[in-house]
Amino acid sequence: MYNQTEIIKDTTELGPEGELVVNMGPQHPATHGVLHLVVTLNGETIKKIEPHLGYIHRSIEKMCESLTYRQFIYVTSRMDYLSSHINNTACALLVEKGMQIEVPERAQYVRTILNELTRIASHELWIGAMAMDLGAFTPFFYAFREREMITDIMEDTCGARLTMNYIVPGGLMYDIHPDFQNKVKAFIKQFKEKVTEYEDLVTNNVIFQSRTKGVGILSAEDAISFGCTGPVARASGVSCDIRKIAPYDVYAKVEFDEVIETAGDSFARYMVRIKEMNQSIRIIEQLIDTIPEGDFVGKTKNVLKLPKGEFYQRVETARGDFGVYIVSEGGTTPYRIKFRSPGFSNLSALSHMAEGSKIGDLMATMGTLDLVIPDIDR
Amino acid sequence: MFLKDYIYDVYNGVRSLLKGMRKTGYYFTHSKEIITEQYPDNRATLKLADRFKGEVIMPHDDNNEHACTGCTACEIACPNGTIKVVTKSEFNAEGKKKKAVDALVYRLELCTMCNLCVVACPSDAIKMAPNFEHSVFDRTKLTKILNKPGSKIREGIE
Repeated sequence: MYNQTEIIKDTTELGPEGELVVNMGPQHPATHGVLHLVVTLNGETIKKIEPHLGYIHRSIEKMCESLTYRQFIYVTSRMDYLSSHINNTACALLVEKGMQIEVPERAQYVRTILNELTRIASHELWIGAMAMDLGAFTPFFYAFREREMITDIMEDTCGARLTMNYIVPGGLMYDIHPDFQNKVKAFIKQFKEKVTEYEDLVTNNVIFQSRTKGVGILSAEDAISFGCTGPVARASGVSCDIRKIAPYDVYAKVEFDEVIETAGDSFARYMVRIKEMNQSIRIIEQLIDTIPEGDFVGKTKNVLKLPKGEFYQRVETARGDFGVYIVSEGGTTPYRIKFRSPGFSNLSALSHMAEGSKIGDLMATMGTLDLVIPDIDR
Repeated sequence: MFLKDYIYDVYNGVRSLLKGMRKTGYYFTHSKEIITEQYPDNRATLKLADRFKGEVIMPHDDNNEHACTGCTACEIACPNGTIKVVTKSEFNAEGKKKKAVDALVYRLELCTMCNLCVVACPSDAIKMAPNFEHSVFDRTKLTKILNKPGSKIREGIE
């Protein structure tokens, strides 16, 4: 028989004096999902952060290998569920590129408008959640009020509020709702009036500013070496907007500015998102009155077969550079599929950003990364 | 100088706090501008969008006829195996043997409301309905047969 003291002997190595390991998550209100952070502390100062993933792994990439090119699009809504429309667009664009399907101009215009609406909705939710992480509860409801108008537009046109499977290879699943243009215009009008409320409630708030300014600084070099994209990298002064670098749909035709801040701290990341919403409104305003008449879906074959080879398509989601990579053997299903999610790379920079700061600032740093865990884990 | 900065900080803090509180106070006194929906109480007036994807239904007309030919296009289009079409052989008026749908089994618990089956259907036999209150006490109740008992295919649909 074993001696009992042998069994319960602790084999973990003892850290240096004063070091403390805190498990944050997997069920923590501020991690927005099942993210598990193992935080090594020295007193109250963060020494190291190790994110543990895998709690919401659904093997989406493997699942897609058994789905046809029409069917696999709906799965991508379940990854980054806040920019599901943009993910669907990426998949449809890839199939269209591989099979050289012509997309009608009407479909391209509607896709771009809906993509920008999705981006605004995602940023609105982020502002609310970020303010709540820092202890302010009211902005959450103000942000959701405008977001509700977007989800209503989505519900009317796409038939769902969050996981709308509206994009098909070749265009759109069905035509836009007759009320679509009026509703979008009403939204733009209300958004412009109400965006000042965020300024009063959050941006100009002294507590919010002192908690985010100079916190979680990420330099431009680090942002590039960690592979950060989207608002996180743009707040550090890195130009990385896919809509500018490799325009898809009608982004080449519209005028908009790439928002770049240089401070690299949490407040800069906040400002990038606020300004990006205004740019999105600018894009929608240019397109909403000029949606051309015509078909909403191009001519496609009944059975879609990608030619043999490798294909890659990248789009700019609300979080950054989202890529779809498909290896095709020429059949009706992909041989291998890989998604490049922006959240994963952005999370990898967290340890570097929070190192040396206090544990209270970890919330302000992690919140601004805008993590969506199903996107990281897939 | 320290005292001056301190007073400035306090003044600035109180000012930004009051600025935010004014917004909150505005909605406190203007309760008509609040847009919260009182969901279970407003059931009678609640109207969802026409296109809302809640569940798959098969519309029947007054003669208890539907448009489903039993071609299994929806079954092939479905990514999750939600729909299973059971077919039977039938004799039509001229005595010819013809394939017809016996039961269109729809398993709501597997459905992701992706709308691919509705798009795939060549005779518009099925469509999405805006019903969302699907909770039941037993899981088996979620497996539905969409064609009504005794129903048959409408004339003129191939």
